[in-house]
Amino acid sequence: MPKRTDISSVLVIGSGPIVIGQACEFDYSGTQALRVLREEGLRVSLVNSNPATIMTDPEFADATYVEPITPEYVEKIIAIERPDGLLATLGGQTALNTAVALHDRGVLERYGVELLGASIDAIHAGEDRQKFKGVCDAIGADYARSTLVRTVEEAVTVAGELGFPLVLRPSFTLGGGGSGFAHHEGELRTMIAAGLAASPVHEVLVEESVLGWKEFELEVMRDRNDNCVVVCSIENLDPMGVHTGDSITVAPAMTLTDREYQQMRDMAFAVIRQVGVETGGSNIQFAVDPATGRQVVIEMNPRVSRSSALASKATGFPIAKIATKLALGYTLDEIPNDITRETPASFEPSLDYVVVKIPRFAFEKFPGADTTLTTHMKSVGEVMALGRNFTEALQKATRSLEAKGAELDFASPAGEVEEWMPKAVRPHDRRLQAVVQAMRAGASVERLATETGIDPWFLDQLALLGEVAADLGAAATLDADALRAAKRHGFSDVQIAAIRGLTEDEVRALRYELGVRPVYKTVDTCAAEFAARTPYHYSSYDEEDEIGPGERPKVIILGSGPNRIGQGVEFDYSCVHACYALHDAGFETVMVNCNPETVSTDYDTSDRLYFEPLTCEDVLEVVEAERRSGREGGLGEDGGVVGVVVQLGGQTPLGLAQRLKDAGVPIVGTPPEAIHLAEERGAFGRVLAEAGLVSPKHGTARSYDEAAEIAHEIGYPVLVRPSYVLGGRGMEIVYDDATLLGYIDRATEVSPEHPVLVDRFLDDAIEVDVDALFDGEELFLGGVMEHIEEAGIHSGDSACALPPITLGRADIARIREATEGIARGVGVLGLLNVQFALAGDVLYVLEANPRASRTAPFVSKATAVPLAKAAARVMLGTTIAELREEGMLPFGDGADLPFDAAICVKEAVLPWNRFAGVDTVLGPEMKSTGEVMGVDSTFGTAFAKSQEAAYGALPTKGRVFVSVANRDKRHLIFPAKRLADLGFEVLATVGTAEVLRRNGVTATVVRKLSEGRGQDGEPTIVDRINAGDVDLIVNTPFGNSGPRLDGYEIRTAAVLRGIPCLTTVQALAAAVQGIEALRSGDIGVAPLQQHHAQITAARAGAAPARYGGPSEREGDSG
Amino acid sequence: MSDPAILVLEDGRTFRGRAYGAVGETFGEAVFTTGMSGYQETLTDPSFHRQVVVQTSPHIGNSGINDDDQESRRVWVSGYVVRDPARIPSNWRSARSLDEELVAQGVVGISGIDTRALTRHLRDRGAMRVGVSSVESDADALLARVLASPGMEGADLAGEVTTPQPYVVPAIGEKRFTVAAVDLGIKASTPRYLAERGCEVHVLPAGTTAAEILAVGPDGVFFSNGPGDPATADGPVAAMRGVLGVKPVFGICFGNQILGRALGFGTYKLKFGHRGVNQPVQDRRTARIAITSHNHGFAVDAPTDAPATTEFGKVEVSHIDLNDGVVEGLRCLDIPAFSVQYHPEAAPGPHDAVDLFTTFTDLMAGGR
Ligand SMILES: Nc1ncnc2c1ncn2[C@@H]1O[C@H](COP(=O)(O)OP(=O)(O)O)[C@@H](O)[C@H]1O
Ligand SMILES: Nc1ncnc2c1ncn2[C@@H]1O[C@H](COP(=O)(O)OP(=O)(O)O)[C@@H](O)[C@H]1O
Ligand SMILES: [Mg+2]
Ligand SMILES: [Mg+2]
Repeated sequence: MPKRTDISSVLVIGSGPIVIGQACEFDYSGTQALRVLREEGLRVSLVNSNPATIMTDPEFADATYVEPITPEYVEKIIAIERPDGLLATLGGQTALNTAVALHDRGVLERYGVELLGASIDAIHAGEDRQKFKGVCDAIGADYARSTLVRTVEEAVTVAGELGFPLVLRPSFTLGGGGSGFAHHEGELRTMIAAGLAASPVHEVLVEESVLGWKEFELEVMRDRNDNCVVVCSIENLDPMGVHTGDSITVAPAMTLTDREYQQMRDMAFAVIRQVGVETGGSNIQFAVDPATGRQVVIEMNPRVSRSSALASKATGFPIAKIATKLALGYTLDEIPNDITRETPASFEPSLDYVVVKIPRFAFEKFPGADTTLTTHMKSVGEVMALGRNFTEALQKATRSLEAKGAELDFASPAGEVEEWMPKAVRPHDRRLQAVVQAMRAGASVERLATETGIDPWFLDQLALLGEVAADLGAAATLDADALRAAKRHGFSDVQIAAIRGLTEDEVRALRYELGVRPVYKTVDTCAAEFAARTPYHYSSYDEEDEIGPGERPKVIILGSGPNRIGQGVEFDYSCVHACYALHDAGFETVMVNCNPETVSTDYDTSDRLYFEPLTCEDVLEVVEAERRSGREGGLGEDGGVVGVVVQLGGQTPLGLAQRLKDAGVPIVGTPPEAIHLAEERGAFGRVLAEAGLVSPKHGTARSYDEAAEIAHEIGYPVLVRPSYVLGGRGMEIVYDDATLLGYIDRATEVSPEHPVLVDRFLDDAIEVDVDALFDGEELFLGGVMEHIEEAGIHSGDSACALPPITLGRADIARIREATEGIARGVGVLGLLNVQFALAGDVLYVLEANPRASRTAPFVSKATAVPLAKAAARVMLGTTIAELREEGMLPFGDGADLPFDAAICVKEAVLPWNRFAGVDTVLGPEMKSTGEVMGVDSTFGTAFAKSQEAAYGALPTKGRVFVSVANRDKRHLIFPAKRLADLGFEVLATVGTAEVLRRNGVTATVVRKLSEGRGQDGEPTIVDRINAGDVDLIVNTPFGNSGPRLDGYEIRTAAVLRGIPCLTTVQALAAAVQGIEALRSGDIGVAPLQQHHAQITAARAGAAPARYGGPSEREGDSG
Repeated sequence: MSDPAILVLEDGRTFRGRAYGAVGETFGEAVFTTGMSGYQETLTDPSFHRQVVVQTSPHIGNSGINDDDQESRRVWVSGYVVRDPARIPSNWRSARSLDEELVAQGVVGISGIDTRALTRHLRDRGAMRVGVSSVESDADALLARVLASPGMEGADLAGEVTTPQPYVVPAIGEKRFTVAAVDLGIKASTPRYLAERGCEVHVLPAGTTAAEILAVGPDGVFFSNGPGDPATADGPVAAMRGVLGVKPVFGICFGNQILGRALGFGTYKLKFGHRGVNQPVQDRRTARIAITSHNHGFAVDAPTDAPATTEFGKVEVSHIDLNDGVVEGLRCLDIPAFSVQYHPEAAPGPHDAVDLFTTFTDLMAGGR
């Protein structure tokens, strides 16, 4: 069936900020979708509030709306764009829910917009757990018995019928939000209450537990001719009870007979047909009773999902791309398989390798969070690895995690079975490692199988690893055979070294000498039945290498590995841009990365993709493979490998720079020595001195006494942190000796090897983030971002504005000078990110990162300058002047924008709702998972948009509760007064209320939680929040340690009820401006392209069009 | 670790690995199958007789061997090539390990070799003779014996795999039809699917003549899949010609080639054949696609542009493989007869095409 001719314009809804359960896999799928729509010659508009995505790059759509993904805003966009079709199946739950809301409000009908892919009924049938049971009944599919409840009491009755344990699952939440297991009535009551609150429709499914069964997923596609195919089968190593997003998963399924697999396949097709997904991909989950083979359907997602991204990378079958073509009316047989080119997409990929995915967690960032894995997703990222067998893939995956202790340990003395068993049985982020240790300690496969529910086949593979390790340890000499035997099962040089009591370098030297090197195989969708045209490779210690000869000089770009807090999609963004820019500049781009969620690991992004761990060993092998291929291609001795880019993938590649260089690999851009200059305190201090710059007074302490001495000398408050961790880990602001002692005991094991850094903490300082380019001669100031929150809140967690809202031209000139001084002093070649703090009149340098920063994509979008692309070119020797001539960079700085340029506000998104019981205060340690951007002509409106995109709309009336630390009270008066004037009722705790009253702000006193209810049962503030009669909460933490009970309970209640909660007065001031903007009338929307056109026009000296144009034409200007 | 073993192809390419299954030496035609599940059904599919099967899927044997999934009375492959055999079986139905089964049935295999490299070699050079040995370590010596071993072209093998005696598979539920099924290497699933549709299936040896077939008093005649070169199957072709137009006829795989020859079409050997469970086949009337189970090294040479006129009337190519355009089905337009080159009985593989068995029962119903 040919493409539909009745659709000429399509609106795509993205998935918004990166949150747990919805990460950058939707940037990958969305980007593919946009590419297809453009290729098909349609007018494409996009809405996505997340600036750190490739899909929001202006060149990917005709109109890119970086606006909140809410029905209100999307309706405004529809009013402007008048699309024929709406594609909401590629933007995760967010897009799907928005589409449903648009339908329910009659918007789609009003504007005659057709929902492509899945109809509203299909979405309801698939997502609404009650309706889905009907689907299962209709096709005679078995499922876990369950009942939908709307009150706690209903739930208790149901429990009577189904018995404990029970699974609780709220309708319409991502990643299993608010779901989990209730083992007894007490648990049931509290969990139901939370679940009802978490569900947008206030429903929770109470379900029979099939805990411990085997869990499978099928990725299915259907076209409008009713042709169905299974793209990939995925088996969870962790049995039922651990969310698939938190499970170690394996593709293809390993432990099913063909009979069982085909039964599952038949059921999956029956489900997608009954649900009525006309075209596109769906993900269907099954549980299988290991004792009887009974199969039950768990759920289906009538859209592209996290698993479909994984399946696409695992098989080479681009689900999102194909789903988009199917939505346009093509059928599977009409779409070519772009890997083989000669065969169609109407087939089922066959794998001749094994794929393992392991989730990455960030519990260390959330002390007090429960690390037990359950039906509610907690991981922040994932890695994928391919190998020719399970053991090889598994071990590659564990080292891809880049997490201390993740790689399986076969060297240290085996412990006690009974000590390890409980750890092996409890699902948590280190369970795999615990299972292996339990085995080493002597636990049998049988016992582990019964107690963990992990399939014996997987356990036996772990046992095999143990045996291989033992043989390796016992081998008389470490010869080629011994090495190969270990390598065949994925042992790294590090592991081998540990087992043999050698160093990693010794093992590597020996291995090279003996010629024990990996070969690279190809992901071809067809198990070699047809020749593959797409260079998508993975390493294996097998016989035949498949890397073709290289044709052009190559640049190898190292990606950023698994998403984690502090290193997320922003870095992948820069890597992808480098691929594009360097490809255009005539290089062969080679990408190395292990994160299946990303655009960088799409085989379309680079000229050659190596899906490999980012360790020194694995990267060196890729370099060698590329040199081989280059030599074959006649590119000379070095194989035409110009160099490796380590600057764009965050700390991961940066950390490899020195070792790669030592191994003779050319590093392009800022040399490792320079990187060291910026990262080593002493050296950096000298750089600053040279440039006549200052950093906050600081010292290094090797004991509590030294720390206290330094603290007294520079004066409290001080900022303390262990010297050996980055990303703000373990940082705290300390106000007195007692807390200092507490920190030293708690947070770090201080010792001569592990000293603690003590900095003077700059109070009331404005923090400024700068991204710049330096080519050795000239500095290009990309952007100057002024933080909303004062210094002390991690740059990654604080909101910021570009252009800066209060800094004067003079400040910016100083900042430019300082940045140039640092760039020169350090010897940067490429990107530089500097964080300054402006305290009083002194400009302090907090830190300098000689690499792409988290803010690079935001800056590019705000200033219409492709910073990362330019950086890639500079690293390879092009000067800033030349890039200006080319037109890639504007004349002047990116930072100097037309006076009436729109204001862009970045806001961080925090995962509090994922970690019940964790306090929600911000500090110097980064905790956010993602970000959004609000853009409009004034700061207030832009900030309001950023809040709505991140957390939900600011209230325009109602009750505001304020309770702030003493040091904040003075700053509170003005904004509080303003809110009162705007007609808000102000509630406050006694102390705060007093201050407000004295300043003429009438505030109603409410009881603190610690005061308890009044004798006539006057409610505490927490009661009132729970009762839902508070619309905005302002609560700043008192001091920075000890139990801040009240604040804690207040903030937690706010998170639970989803009420905006501001934890700094600066944020309040901004919010007030936002609220005013919201009240002053309807807010407009406008595409990024227009924002950029305005800037470029201004730069070209032409008359800039005022921001918000088209929305004005619609008569709804901000 | 097991003994060393070697695999030598007729063009001299050699792989060294470890003995798997029975220790010994074996010869056959090297073919690869890309199915990721169903090794038990594959091993017991008579169509693999005299073939050394390479599994592209690395992990084989994970779910062991059970007693329900046998497609015939024994394992037929003449040799087995896998990369990572399971050390323990894990499945609630598993009765014994694959390794034990191969030893018990004397099937010589090899493990631990680069099966992908071997597959790519066969894909580029085409299926060829091969020897696998865990008793010989001299590649040249083995090569000499490989070159002396018989090839697949011109091989008449149906007689070697067919049932010695006729037998009857009773209808499940009410009996509606009597089917005479000529066993050229039939798989157990085929009579089962027919029985489920009310057919009493009389399974007859390969050599059965048309007269003997009609003597069963069938409502329809079925010609099964099977090994070997269709060009040699003169007996079955004659039997087919004797029943065409007399009774409704349905053929699968080898049966499709027999029908092709009976209608006067030629057959030819494919470079490396279709073996796997993910082949897209299109029904040219409905444009619908079925993902199907394949196991054929030969194909029918029939015109795909327009229906051909044969002595049995008009015949059209009803199905084609979307990967390479190979003829996958024939439909007679003037008499009740049709056949497919692939395996609607699946086992292993998808059930997308099972309705063809209903098409057959409908034909028989119409024939009354
Ligand atoms: N009835 C059940 N018994 C035990 N575990 C379950 C049950 N239902 C779901 N789970 C577990 O919870 C996880 C999440 O449930 P799922 O229905 O997939 O919700 P989500 O929409 O969050 O993916 C599943 O991956 C599975 O491991
Ligand atoms: N001396 C200081 N005074 C006040 N705040 C500081 C000081 N040093 C660091 N900070 C805060 O801590 C945050 C993290 O510190 P930084 O040195 O940037 O570590 P990271 O490597 O995690 O970015 C900064 O963004 C800033 O808000
Ligand atoms: Mg799920
Ligand atoms: Mg920083």
